[in-house]
Amino acid sequence: MKSSVITFPGSNCDRDMDVALKKFGFKNKMVWHADAELPKSDLVVLPGGFSYGDYLRCGSMASKSKIMQSVINFASSGGMVLGICNGFQILVETGLVPGVLLRNKYLEFICKNVFVKINDKKNKYFKNVDNEVLEFHIAHNEGNYFCTNDQLKEIEDNNQIAINYCDKNGKIEDQFNPNGSIKNIAGIFNREKNVLGMMPHPERMIDTSLSGEDGSLFFKNLINNLK
Amino acid sequence: MKISVIITLKKDVLDPQGKVIHQTLDGMGFQDINEVRQGKYFEIDTTETDNKKAKAKVEEMCKKLLANLVIENYKIIDPK
Repeated sequence: MKSSVITFPGSNCDRDMDVALKKFGFKNKMVWHADAELPKSDLVVLPGGFSYGDYLRCGSMASKSKIMQSVINFASSGGMVLGICNGFQILVETGLVPGVLLRNKYLEFICKNVFVKINDKKNKYFKNVDNEVLEFHIAHNEGNYFCTNDQLKEIEDNNQIAINYCDKNGKIEDQFNPNGSIKNIAGIFNREKNVLGMMPHPERMIDTSLSGEDGSLFFKNLINNLK
Repeated sequence: MKISVIITLKKDVLDPQGKVIHQTLDGMGFQDINEVRQGKYFEIDTTETDNKKAKAKVEEMCKKLLANLVIENYKIIDPK
C-alpha cells in the first residue's frame, strides 16, 4: 500500500506520521506542498502542525497551496484522504469535509489524552476495529467543531460523524468535551466517507513505551482495509 | 486604490475572545456593555483604477480566502 504525507511550511507531525505509516506497512512518500502532482497513492495524509503559522484562519493558506488541487481531485475520484489536527483544519477550509474549527471554548491550548467513541464503522477507516472506544492524544488551540444547523442535520442524516469525545466507557457527555465542539464531534467524514478529518493524533499512540497502542490498532486496521 | 474589508463573526457563532474582552472591559469599569464581538480588518491596495471592478475583485477575494462564509460575514468599504 502506498501513502503520501504532504508537508506544508509549518507542518510538524509529518515525520511522526511517516514513522507510523511505515511501521504498519505503508510505503510512504513525503510530498512538498509546492509540488503539482501527487505520487500514486492509496492514502494521502494531511499532517498536524501549524501550517503558515495559522495566519488568517488555521489551514486557510495551506488549503490554497499548489498540491491541494491534486489532493482535491484525488478525493473527488474516491481516493482516501486523512487529515489530522491541522490537516483536519485544512480539509474544512478546502470544503472537502463540512463545518469549521473554531478557537477552543475556554481559549486554552489543550494537550492531553482523550477517549473517542467510534460512531460509524461502515467505512474503510474504522471497519473491523474491535474496540468501540479508542484512546488518542489531542494537542490543539482550534479544535472546536462548528457547523450550521442545516449542515448538522445533513451530517447526522448521512451518518458522517466519525468519532465523538467520550469517557473511557464510551459515554458521550458535555463534561468529556475538551474544546466545546458541537455534539462532542472529534472527527468527521465527507459524504462518501473516503475523506476523514479528525483532531486526535493516532500517530502519537503507536508505541507502548512512549504512549499507548490505540493508534497501532487504527493503522493496522486501516492498511488491512485498504488491501 | 485602497479598499477596506471588515470581517465579522456571524450572529450565532461563539466568540470566546470577544467574551473575554467584554469581561476585562467590565472589570476595568466599563460596565454598560451588552456584548463585544471581535473581527478582522483588511486594507487592500490594488492597481485597479475602476472602482466597480476593484470592488468585484475584492468580493471574490472575500469569498475565496479572506472570509469563511460558514462562520463569517464580510463588508467591503467603498474606496474614497
